[in-house]
Amino acid sequence: MLYISDLHVSVDDKPILKGIELDVKPGEVHAIMGPNGSGKSTLAQVLAGREGYEVTRGAVRYLGRDLLAQPPEARARDGLFLAFQYPLEIPGVANAQFLRTALNSLRRARGEAELDAFDFLEHVKTRLALLEMDEGLLYRAVNEGFSGGEKKRNEILQMAVLEPRLAILDETDSGLDIDALKVVARGVNALRGPERAVILVTHYQRLLEHIVPDRVHVLADGRIVRSGARELALELEARGYGWLGGGEPGEEARP
Amino acid sequence: MDPELLRTYERLGIPLAEREALAGVAVDAVFDSVSVATTFKGRLEALGIVFCPFSEAVREHPDLVRRYLGSVVPYTDNYFASLNAAVFSDGSFVYVPPGVRCPMELSTYFRINARNTGQFERTLIVADEGSYVSYLEGCTAPTRDENQLHAAVVELVALKDARIKYSTVQNWYPGDAEGRGGIYNFVTKRGECRGEHARISWTQVETGSAITWKYPSCILRGDHSVGEFHSVALTNHHQQADTGTKMIHIGRHTRSTIVSKGISAGHGSNAYRGLVKVLPGADGARNHTQCDSLLMGPDCAAHTFPYIEVRQPGATVEHEATASRIGEEQLFYLKSRGLSEEDAVNLIVNGFCKEVFNELPMEFAVEAQKLLAVSLEGAVG
Repeated sequence: MLYISDLHVSVDDKPILKGIELDVKPGEVHAIMGPNGSGKSTLAQVLAGREGYEVTRGAVRYLGRDLLAQPPEARARDGLFLAFQYPLEIPGVANAQFLRTALNSLRRARGEAELDAFDFLEHVKTRLALLEMDEGLLYRAVNEGFSGGEKKRNEILQMAVLEPRLAILDETDSGLDIDALKVVARGVNALRGPERAVILVTHYQRLLEHIVPDRVHVLADGRIVRSGARELALELEARGYGWLGGGEPGEEARP
Repeated sequence: MDPELLRTYERLGIPLAEREALAGVAVDAVFDSVSVATTFKGRLEALGIVFCPFSEAVREHPDLVRRYLGSVVPYTDNYFASLNAAVFSDGSFVYVPPGVRCPMELSTYFRINARNTGQFERTLIVADEGSYVSYLEGCTAPTRDENQLHAAVVELVALKDARIKYSTVQNWYPGDAEGRGGIYNFVTKRGECRGEHARISWTQVETGSAITWKYPSCILRGDHSVGEFHSVALTNHHQQADTGTKMIHIGRHTRSTIVSKGISAGHGSNAYRGLVKVLPGADGARNHTQCDSLLMGPDCAAHTFPYIEVRQPGATVEHEATASRIGEEQLFYLKSRGLSEEDAVNLIVNGFCKEVFNELPMEFAVEAQKLLAVSLEGAVG
């Protein structure tokens, strides 16, 4: 489904990713772990199509196509979804309106009929119930005045509504209490299926207690230095990242 | 819709979509300053409401016209008001008798068709004690290379306990992308709350015209009277908009609210210019002003010129202003959900304008959103 080979990415001429190799097959959940500054978020942003990242070498194929040649909206229409680490506020735009516009953009691209306000409400209500979220959330402006936890949950709601084929969660678990973490896990687990895949970018192992990954990768200094089964996450929890070598801990690069 | 009016539109070459938009509201159509037709007259007459071309009001209701014409905007007011007073040929006249709530939106549809001419219409709306009326003004003009002048005067009079809601969607031809042609929209609009608890609300969506100078204002003479101004002004290409309001607090415990949203794109320039004046004796007067500017691209401009004159201790005047750019990150967020760049921009802009759109009647709000989308085509990217 997603095949990354020898991916090198620079921000302001500073190399951040230095040869990423990753193969994600349908039905799989991959966890990408690593210390701050290892390039985890950069990888997530590059996959979603954020500007300001220069791919200097390598290729990414998604559903058999060259992913990097596509603009962000085309990637979304092909079923790629990024849950943002720092979701943006869109003042004055109701969450429901935003979600319906997004869903209908995807449906149009797939050649499906657009949902009217009533059908949409039915669609979204089942997702709200699954995530134990309040309907009132739909009528608040997108992320405006939301707490950190509410913003993260709103990302999961978007994911549940848009039903992506490949969901990338960029540190969605950071800053969440245990209840919110369970909501995130429920959203991801509901999405799992033979045709879909998930990439969890995370700093901590505790999310993986609720979402069992098929593969765990450790990213350090722009390279995947170790891959393994879920036991690798437990080992990291016990021993930290230091024993793996790789880069110095530092600031996460942002353009 | 009145088939007679429909035929008139046909003759005058008004596009079908515009005609459809006019169905369902009482309409006075004014072309090149001449009122050509008025609908729903009978139903309104049964309630004692007068809604007719100005020329007819002069003949049929001379007392009302004499009493109120020029009482809010005198012919000496400013250059363009004088010009209008000297040459105006027609416009709309509304009178709502005491205690009557006008059951439908009244609307005047202005169009400049002729070449090499200006439009100088005049509107007078009088809401007698305890009455209510909501009035919509729409305007269009066909594409022309040369500039044309629109110098209208609108006067509103709200007596004790009366309320007037005046909404405008202004879509005069703005000129082409290089700034050639377009309407000069120099309009004097003013309302007076002449009795206690009177209320006047101006709502405007300004997307057209090459140059707009327009300051719909409220004279709050009656105690406890209320003035409101809600505005969206959009400038793209080489358009200039200088718009705002004046709130003159004379009566005690008068209140005013100003919400101004300016959107600048291309080489457009947008200025909010407003005056809040509290005269001696206006005890307990309150004003809240909010001015927000949204900028798109590197070549546009946004300005805010708030004037505040307070001559009564104890008055409360608040001013808030923000200026923001449509952020790359916001756009990326929306695009990563599958929205095209245009849809993303429209969503952000509509959110920005929401407080003002909420003040518009439903059909007008939908129309206004579409207009903004059309006006912003290609503004980003």
